[in-house]
Amino acid sequence: MSDVLAVDVWRGAENGQFQAFTLPRRQHQTVLDVVTEIQREHDSTLSYRFACRVGMCGSCAMVVNGRPRWTCRTRVNEVVSGDERLRLEPLRNFTVVKDLAVEMTQFFDKWKAAHGFFEPGTAPEQDFAVVPPQTKERQAADAGIECIGCGVCYSACDVVAWDRDYLGPAALNRAWTLVNDVRDRGQAERLKAVSHDNGCQACHTHMNCTNFCPKAIAPTYAIAGLKRVLFRRALRSA
Amino acid sequence: MLFVAQRTTAFILAVAVAAHLATILFAVRGGLTAAQILARTHGNVAFALFYAIFVLAVAVHAPIGLRNIVREWTAWRGRSLDFALILFSGLLLVLGLRAVVAVCS
Amino acid sequence: MRASHKQRGFVAAMLHRLSGIALAVFLPLHFLALATALNGANALDSFLALTREPLVQALEWCIVVALALHLTLGLRVLAVEFFDFREKTLAALSACAAAVVAIGLVLALNLS
Repeated sequence: MSDVLAVDVWRGAENGQFQAFTLPRRQHQTVLDVVTEIQREHDSTLSYRFACRVGMCGSCAMVVNGRPRWTCRTRVNEVVSGDERLRLEPLRNFTVVKDLAVEMTQFFDKWKAAHGFFEPGTAPEQDFAVVPPQTKERQAADAGIECIGCGVCYSACDVVAWDRDYLGPAALNRAWTLVNDVRDRGQAERLKAVSHDNGCQACHTHMNCTNFCPKAIAPTYAIAGLKRVLFRRALRSA
Repeated sequence: MLFVAQRTTAFILAVAVAAHLATILFAVRGGLTAAQILARTHGNVAFALFYAIFVLAVAVHAPIGLRNIVREWTAWRGRSLDFALILFSGLLLVLGLRAVVAVCS
Repeated sequence: MRASHKQRGFVAAMLHRLSGIALAVFLPLHFLALATALNGANALDSFLALTREPLVQALEWCIVVALALHLTLGLRVLAVEFFDFREKTLAALSACAAAVVAIGLVLALNLS
């Protein structure tokens, strides 16, 4: 293993360039360790995000050697071998604020647009709902419920890159978990929200989202579920 | 909804294309002359019906597919695109049914 | 920032998309060719004489492969969307490729 690590870091916003750094290579370095060391020891003007450092919050997501990942959970040894350089870029498909930090607003706006929120209805139940965990709906919801909104899937998605209106895998995955929530009273509006040109039917099953999700969620199958529900509804109303 | 039409015709075409591929492979054996093909298809109502449905399904399926591609890979979208695709659908329908008539009647 | 291009699902989707475009371009021509039969069997025959050219045969073979490809990759999409098919993409793609190659081979054998 070489003792130095060559790193190219994106500086600037939409227009910018890569800046090169050289750091000591350490055996168990994570990419977050590298970014932090650069900012503290080499260039304090570097902007990046992190919070928990332990793979729980998703704040540190960025593109590492072409793949969107969590930097705190990515060992340098996983992505770089020998004298290869490490390349760090902000997440794709987001507007770059500065360097490695991106603007997340549109991501969460689409979450809302897909009705990715629980709707209790105007007359909520008086007693607790009984939802057995083994039911089909609850299992479908549980499969996608761990999403922490890190944006990796959104960054990986080709359709988002081609069509900035597309709601994206995270928003649609959340919508699917709520479609399967038997307590929710807003299903009709939610299904309508995901059925336009920018909704679930824009997904072409490239499966980048499923491949890159750090929490092993599969938005592809959630979106397929939405497609099936919409299809059945359309046939029934015909 | 376009998505429903696209997937429904996809199912129909899955069957029709499989049948068509098998038919063509069978016909290609030993070379094909027009007379031999037309002898089998002329006045054949079953063939005519099969291919008419085939043409209809294609006239729905192809333009919707192209619509996705154009909207994603070019800046063209909106009514003018939809109109152009309806024209293309009409073209496929007219040329297709004309071919069915040519071969089956 | 182009990692996704190396993923298998992307390759499948691109083959599916490009074969679809090829078919959409080919079909009107196919219909026009068939409609020459309106002028009688001889008209179709003289048109079909063109198809004995090796270049045309090669293109025909390509179109049949495009059709088989579009069909099999389309079946993959339908399987994931409607039958909740949790495929290992590689296995599914291999099956698709195998079917396409098989059809292509059979056609090549029959054409020569």
